[in-house]
Amino acid sequence: MSGEETQILGFTLGMAALAMVAILPPGLALAWLLARRTFPGKALIETLVALPLVMPPVATGLVLLHLFGRRSAIGRFVHDRLDLNIIFTWRGVLLAMAVMSLPLFVRSARVAFEEIPVRLEQIARTLGASPARVFATITLPLATRGLTAGLLLAFARALGEFGATIVVAGNIPGRTQTSALAIYQLIQLGRDDAAMRLCLASAVLAFVALFLSERLLRRRIS
Amino acid sequence: MRRSRFGFTLAVLAGLGPAAMAVELNVSAAASLTDALQEIVRAYQTVSGDHIVLNLGGSSLLARQIEEGAPADLFLSADEAKMDALAKKGLVLAGTRKSVLGNTLVVVVPLDSQLRISGPKDLAAGSIRAFALAEPQTVPAGIYAKEYLEKVGIWRRVFDRVVPTENVRAALAAVESGNAEVGLVYKTDAQISKRVRMAYEVPAGHGPKISYPFAVLAQTRHPAEARRFLGFLASPPALDVFRRYGFLVPAGSAAKP
Repeated sequence: MSGEETQILGFTLGMAALAMVAILPPGLALAWLLARRTFPGKALIETLVALPLVMPPVATGLVLLHLFGRRSAIGRFVHDRLDLNIIFTWRGVLLAMAVMSLPLFVRSARVAFEEIPVRLEQIARTLGASPARVFATITLPLATRGLTAGLLLAFARALGEFGATIVVAGNIPGRTQTSALAIYQLIQLGRDDAAMRLCLASAVLAFVALFLSERLLRRRIS
Repeated sequence: MRRSRFGFTLAVLAGLGPAAMAVELNVSAAASLTDALQEIVRAYQTVSGDHIVLNLGGSSLLARQIEEGAPADLFLSADEAKMDALAKKGLVLAGTRKSVLGNTLVVVVPLDSQLRISGPKDLAAGSIRAFALAEPQTVPAGIYAKEYLEKVGIWRRVFDRVVPTENVRAALAAVESGNAEVGLVYKTDAQISKRVRMAYEVPAGHGPKISYPFAVLAQTRHPAEARRFLGFLASPPALDVFRRYGFLVPAGSAAKP
């Protein structure tokens, strides 16, 4: 594996990891709300969160491009006030990966929360624990396996992200090029050997993440 | 159905051959030809009865697909090198290759841009963060753009701000959306867009020679129909359309259909 390929894999892994950090707080909050609360518009939120899972990734990319591009309110604010660009930078990669992998995490986390008997949380409450403390000491520890499995699944999805990424972040070698984008470019350059090496490495990484995820889920059930 | 019968009637009237032989031709064409080609294809289908299926994209990907056996009957490339590569592999039908079109590079900025750009020196300005080009290693428009920037000596100063796109239209779109401050695209693309303005045109002689080779592919099962469409592309009515979209049509390139 060449230095260039190592850089690409390192960048992809780093970005996917960062995306997991980014989706953890909103993902947990959403999953908990969907598992434990009923509120008006719940079905709508559920559907919206799951949407990137089934929409063409390129279409999700287009939506993100319009939401965060230089002509959008958010994009303009970030550019003018913070002097940052999202589109065509690593932030775009992060954004695409986070949005595309969030639904997978939320779904798994929701199931993990739902499997915890509400009774346990209620007992803790009657013993005087605050809701925050119940969440931190009862809900979260009991759901850890399911949450980790979900995070690994989302991580694997983020590693392979292509469609939304190429629209939002472009395919800039050394700056926004993830392994999926690099494979695509290598095919066009006719460098099939390098493309195959990256394919193989991506397959191994995805395999490990999925394998661990499955194992965690299996053990929880038994 | 009705359309094809209409086409049949016209084809018979035009003496172009019986519609019983109407075939479907798969044409892999460079993205920069999109609009002119769509117009020409519409006209051609009406008179010939043959159905033209356009597969538009970056010439490099198209060439690669053809190498891998994609079922294309004609290849309309945006650079000679891609066609050379296919010819070397024996994929081009001998004697059918012709280059009838040329193009020019232009620098474009978003319509509302405050940037003052009148020559290559201005392209290295620090206020330019994203410079959209087609991918400079594989896509012809990008290869041409890089050649030009190297020729005027500023490639080294701008390359780390280059946003390489999959094809030249994507580079144009990046400038249209304002996400790239500057783009280097074909004049034909710039003319189509209402959301960019041309900062300057690369003068002939400063830029690389851009030419579009067309050819029938050796694998075609309809060589006669493919040749006929190729002939039409080089006929005066088609060349008029190309010219209207801003392509350079060298004098004397018109062939008999």
